[in-house]
Amino acid sequence: MSTMLKTENIAFFYPAREGEEARLALNGVTLAIERGSFVVVLGHNGSGKSTLAKTFNAVLLPTGGTVYVDGMDTADEQLLLEIRRRVGMVFQNPDNQIVANVVEEDVAFAPENLGVPTEEIRRRVDDALAAVGMAKYVRHAPHLLSGGQKQRIAIAGVLAMQPDCIVLDEATAMLDPIGRREVLAAIETLHRDKGITVILITHHMNEAEHADRVLVLNDGKLAMDGTPREVFSRADELGAIGLAVPDTVALLRALREGGLDVATDAVTVEACSEEIARALAH
Amino acid sequence: MLKDITLGQFFPGNTLAHRLDPRTKLLVTVLYIVALFSARSLWGYALLALVLAISVRVSRVKLRSLLRGLKPVLFIIAFTAILNLFYTPGRTLVSFWTLRITYEGMRTAVTMMLRIMLLIMGTFLLTYTTSPIRLTDGMESLLSPLKRIKLPVHELAMMMSISLRFIPTLIEETDKIMSAQKARGADFESGNLFHRAKALIPMLVPLFISAFRRADELATAMECRCYHGGEGRTKLNVLRYEARDYLVLAFFLALAVGIVASEKLGVPARLSALLV
Repeated sequence: MSTMLKTENIAFFYPAREGEEARLALNGVTLAIERGSFVVVLGHNGSGKSTLAKTFNAVLLPTGGTVYVDGMDTADEQLLLEIRRRVGMVFQNPDNQIVANVVEEDVAFAPENLGVPTEEIRRRVDDALAAVGMAKYVRHAPHLLSGGQKQRIAIAGVLAMQPDCIVLDEATAMLDPIGRREVLAAIETLHRDKGITVILITHHMNEAEHADRVLVLNDGKLAMDGTPREVFSRADELGAIGLAVPDTVALLRALREGGLDVATDAVTVEACSEEIARALAH
Repeated sequence: MLKDITLGQFFPGNTLAHRLDPRTKLLVTVLYIVALFSARSLWGYALLALVLAISVRVSRVKLRSLLRGLKPVLFIIAFTAILNLFYTPGRTLVSFWTLRITYEGMRTAVTMMLRIMLLIMGTFLLTYTTSPIRLTDGMESLLSPLKRIKLPVHELAMMMSISLRFIPTLIEETDKIMSAQKARGADFESGNLFHRAKALIPMLVPLFISAFRRADELATAMECRCYHGGEGRTKLNVLRYEARDYLVLAFFLALAVGIVASEKLGVPARLSALLV
């Protein structure tokens, strides 16, 4: 597999502002993300995870170090549009990223900016809306949709650029449980069917269960890097940096403390119930 | 309360009036206004009222919703009519106390009323039958020659469509802030005008702060979707003139030219003379 995204020892410095101290949000992060992978980035507030995400498509340029998208340096102005086309970004508040007042016009926004011919835009809009299960809503007004639907429109809007990678910066944080499930299901489909690299920034531990890889950020540094099982088996270390393990792992740990002989590294609900059943059968 | 605000309300439909190119409708409205302001005789107004009536019939917009649009300007209409009625010099018709109604005043009052009413109903018909998006598209396209003199036409159109997009969002937010402030004991309804205006401050401050935050986030989101100004932009829905657009345009052009020319040549006066 080739490398989709690579950061080399990046740092990001927020200068002092009124009422705020100067802060080093990122402090020497080096990582490489494989094409087609599903990576979840975890960290508590202020850990630098959102700042890291914004360096992936040159919304922010690192104060030190370099970010490469498909081998392209994000600091190169000439490549800006191509970098942003390849790495799409979805933000937290669905209301603040929808541009037009008709769904199809909003999804068409990015290809219109890229100068894609009209017939091709039409095709991309229909494909993108179908991919997130919103084909019925082509002519709807976005402000009348639910949070989960708006966020899926935002994903479709990014998808219409035909990106290689989608970064979701706390895209589920403002949604209710149903909306969150809709959005996660849409992302998983895109990852599975279209082979799009997904980078999901979140503070919901349970969302990490779908990942191939979990990165944990703390104080602007990469604290952990591994599969969900590996990372969540280090529950005490996670607790020390203010993160809780998913409910499934927490349950297994409680059972183990209570004397049931279970392994504590099952992250998904299915794996967890299997593990408990296995232990009870013994 | 805030839900009642209708800015350029649009009634979807599939009539000829809806299907016309927005540029045609904009130009037709301009021609209609020119004709309206050149007409001085009742003949002219009668003709324009007839044209408006036919357009309303074609668009299947309910007359009631069109008349509702007149409500906010009722005061202005009445004010203009009364001023004209009493303060136009000429042959006295009735006089009492220090007031005096002249024959000319009566005439001007009626024509002024007709002019304002026809103007407002005509322009409302435009917004009733054209979606805001098509309207901005039409304006951008019509004004695009002005790009040559460095007028930021694309940017203006983009600003307009984003404002339209955010009106419902901001109304929703205002409602939310109002409820939150009411829950904390704020009083928006009682007291004199000055008091009530002052009570709005704790509502406007958070609204503005959040609007700026929204603008900032929207700008980032737009950049992430490769927005870099109007240069090299294509369109999902391209505007195209059809045969019907040329026909309607030609008709209204003839109407405007006809009214301007006949008023200049004094045709209406001769018509009236013929009838008498």
